[in-house]
Amino acid sequence: MAAADELAFHEFEEATDLLAQTPNEATTRGDQLVPQQHVAVAVDSGGSYGAEDEVEESDKTALLQEEKQQPGFWTFSYYQSFFDVDTSQVLDRIKGSLLPRPGHNFVRHHLRNRPDLYGPFWICATLAFVLAVTGNLTLVLAQRRDPSIHYSPQFHKVTVAGTAIYCYAWLVPLALWGFLQWRKGVRERMGPYTFLETVCVYGYSLFVFIPTVVLWLIPVPWLQWLSGALALALSAAGLVFTLWPVVREDTRWAAVLLLSVVVLLHALLATGCKFYFFQPLPLEPAAPPHQATSQPPTVLLSPPPPRSAAA
Amino acid sequence: MAEAAESPGDPGTATPRPLFAGLSDISISQDIPVEGEITIPMRSRIREFDSSTLNESVQNTIMRDLKAVGKKFMHVLYPRKSNTLLRDWDLWGPLILCVTLALMLQRGSVDSEKDGGPQFAEVFVIVWFGAVTITLNSKLLGGNISFFQSLCVLGYCILPLTVAMLVCRLVLLTEPGPINFMVRLFVVIVMFAWSIVASTAFLADSQPPNRKALAVYPVFLFYFVISWMILTFTPQ
Repeated sequence: MAAADELAFHEFEEATDLLAQTPNEATTRGDQLVPQQHVAVAVDSGGSYGAEDEVEESDKTALLQEEKQQPGFWTFSYYQSFFDVDTSQVLDRIKGSLLPRPGHNFVRHHLRNRPDLYGPFWICATLAFVLAVTGNLTLVLAQRRDPSIHYSPQFHKVTVAGTAIYCYAWLVPLALWGFLQWRKGVRERMGPYTFLETVCVYGYSLFVFIPTVVLWLIPVPWLQWLSGALALALSAAGLVFTLWPVVREDTRWAAVLLLSVVVLLHALLATGCKFYFFQPLPLEPAAPPHQATSQPPTVLLSPPPPRSAAA
Repeated sequence: MAEAAESPGDPGTATPRPLFAGLSDISISQDIPVEGEITIPMRSRIREFDSSTLNESVQNTIMRDLKAVGKKFMHVLYPRKSNTLLRDWDLWGPLILCVTLALMLQRGSVDSEKDGGPQFAEVFVIVWFGAVTITLNSKLLGGNISFFQSLCVLGYCILPLTVAMLVCRLVLLTEPGPINFMVRLFVVIVMFAWSIVASTAFLADSQPPNRKALAVYPVFLFYFVISWMILTFTPQ
């Protein structure tokens, strides 16, 4: 019958010896070259990534390698993999974008390399509708103060807002990702972000504008500019802290140029929205002259007879 | 004469028979008649049903569909945990409601095109593409509701908002003023809450429990936009 030492677990002892020698390696198959693993192993002495991060990274990437089957892009489950988030995860990502910290990279810490499309899509939709609704509300409030201003539902602003926000949140990350891919050769240590991670960063960074736009209802100009500047600072800081590790190894001029372009585009978006949707009031003291027929402007509240509408 | 229970070469019968002594003498075939008619009640009824829908009057056909739509309206107005909306889904109700809402939201005469309220096509697009987007969202999040069932529920739950639109139009016929606005605001808010409660009663169970809020939030946004369109409606 079987000898006693044949029943001893020899293979297991070998494995434990191996593990004792290299405690940081996950038990994967030897032939798998994990491209991101060398990123984790090259410890950054600058202090951005601690030792625990690299153990986390290698364990996680090993797990992810085993899980990912990559269904084809024509199957429904391919797109389902982009919506694989829970409520608590989405809330955590939103919180992470609201409070950017210098050492914390949004992609590594909050996304954990699992980007989702739920956040960017619905945050952009919410922002577009909130912009249109609050822009309209501003007109209502202004009309209450100055009854000669012509009120109209201005429904076309919904389409304008939607187009602008979605183009910004998808085309700018595309350009940024393209640029980073092009400069990939310069970097040894850190791979660039995938396209979805870039979209995710931009999408979640737009969240801080939603309460800001609601605050812009208050018709105090310095408060509006202050809250706008605060939102822009938070949002741009989140973007810069996320992009800094990737861009740091590049040449100095490329890094500075890229970061300043990113911040500039963000500022353009904020001020563009402010000026288009929340026009400085009053618009015109008389009824707008482009109205062909001289119809009295109908408003929510009872208007006094308009002074020059019939002119 | 058929002999039962006696198989030749059975080693068990070689021994003297203890128990079933007279069993082999019994024959079954001729004593008990096995004849008659087997009727399957469902089959004849289905055959009748098939032929009758071809020959029935137009009024019967229309009334049957209208009654189904009306029954679902009742389910929306008094939301209980029932499966009727999900099991027999149809899209007639959503179509009727959407067209009614879009017609009522249209401005009477042409002001300046750019500054006006939503056109018919805009309302239509918002309702249908909004419903499709929410359905896709809930399916991508892992919900187990079918595409058309979800469209059916979302479309039928616009009914409270359509009622709000009717009320607002009636209220707008009276004297404009702050009370006018307050009444309309109150009605729209109540109907908005009713729509959301009705649709979550039907849709929430189909989502995995840790993603319910993610699936319900777009529904909230959808009905919020429709309520906004109703509230800002100003007639000429």
